[in-house]
Amino acid sequence: MTVDRPITEDDLQAHIDGALDPKREAAVERYLAEHPDVARRIETQAGQRAALRAAFAPIAEEPLPPSLNLDRLIAARRRPAVPTWRAAAAAVILLAAGGTSGWLLRDTLATPESGVTALAREAADSYAVFAVDRSRPVEIRAEATDQLVRWISNRLNRSIAVPDLSASGYRFMGGRLVPTPHGPAGMLMYDDDRGTRLVMLVRPMEAEQDAPMAPSRNGDIAGYTWAQGGLGYSLVGPAAPDVLHPLADAARRQISGAI
Amino acid sequence: MDDIGILVGPLIPPLRRYARALLRDRAAADDLVQDCLERALSRWHQRRAEGSTRTWLFTILHNLALNRMRTIARRGPHVAVEDAMLVGPANQEDALRHRDLLRALETLTEEHRSVLLLVSVEDLSYAETAKVLDIPVGTVMSRVSRARERLAAALDGQPAMRESHLRRVK
Repeated sequence: MTVDRPITEDDLQAHIDGALDPKREAAVERYLAEHPDVARRIETQAGQRAALRAAFAPIAEEPLPPSLNLDRLIAARRRPAVPTWRAAAAAVILLAAGGTSGWLLRDTLATPESGVTALAREAADSYAVFAVDRSRPVEIRAEATDQLVRWISNRLNRSIAVPDLSASGYRFMGGRLVPTPHGPAGMLMYDDDRGTRLVMLVRPMEAEQDAPMAPSRNGDIAGYTWAQGGLGYSLVGPAAPDVLHPLADAARRQISGAI
Repeated sequence: MDDIGILVGPLIPPLRRYARALLRDRAAADDLVQDCLERALSRWHQRRAEGSTRTWLFTILHNLALNRMRTIARRGPHVAVEDAMLVGPANQEDALRHRDLLRALETLTEEHRSVLLLVSVEDLSYAETAKVLDIPVGTVMSRVSRARERLAAALDGQPAMRESHLRRVK
């Protein structure tokens, strides 16, 4: 007879879940035969596992409510996201207001934000969606930075560079391409040892091709945004402005050196 | 998007089951699953082709449930609606057993409850559960063991105490 590794609590739990390979399973069964106290406890727990499954099984048998009909959810996504009533209402107001006062509404109807203000908001939006994602924050990880840079550069039609913020304690995690109202943008993500994540968004600028660095704030997310040679950059994160500002300066320095 | 139906469709009933077991509220649970599916559809292209769709969807759902439970907790004590979620077991004895089981489950912490449901009811592997909960596999193992211990103690406590109390009264 071979000498088994000592049986652990993990083995006993895996035995309950039927997750052991046959050899280990046999060892656990031998052990349980010799230890009736443990066997009783494990048997009770196995019985409760079965009872839990039985108690919740009927929920998965219920017919799905219409709100969870996948075809409908997919179809709903294909409809325009912007509520058309808003545009219609605006048109009605314009018509009613006539030519003289209608121009007052011009700004609200045209693109509401542009330039670095818009970019700062888009960066905060990307942060809100991706930085909180624990399982898949980035599409391409830092190990494949070349591939990421190629991808983003191709889609933006501009060559981009990835600033190195490691001197300030922020490691490059990777990035992805993200959509914005002004076309595709490259998103780069960094984190520090405490797991604080920063997002940098880069995209071509139509308005404000060159703009000095400006602070921004969207909720808890602070940011610094600037434009240089037709490309806009926005570094955002849940850090204090005096932490973020030198990081943005460092990024800008490196970018102007690299491109 | 044609593979969505094939990959996601069969997972909707288990997602509903997990959401309801966590929230103990049918309408809130279904809202949560709808939210989860909408997110999944909008992020479908970001899903790793080689990754498991099930793990991915359970991760989205679990995180939504956590946020939701935190909001509820902030608003004040939760009123248990456990009886509403029972789907009418065949006989009264079963119904009582189910109620005891759900009550016992209620006494567990959220961490213990979710690990138990994912492993015991949803049949996720320990590695998949670790991904969904964003914790190491070793932590999953020790939580499963602790959770089962607590559940057994809670179940042991309830009816047994009642019986011995009755006997003493006699």
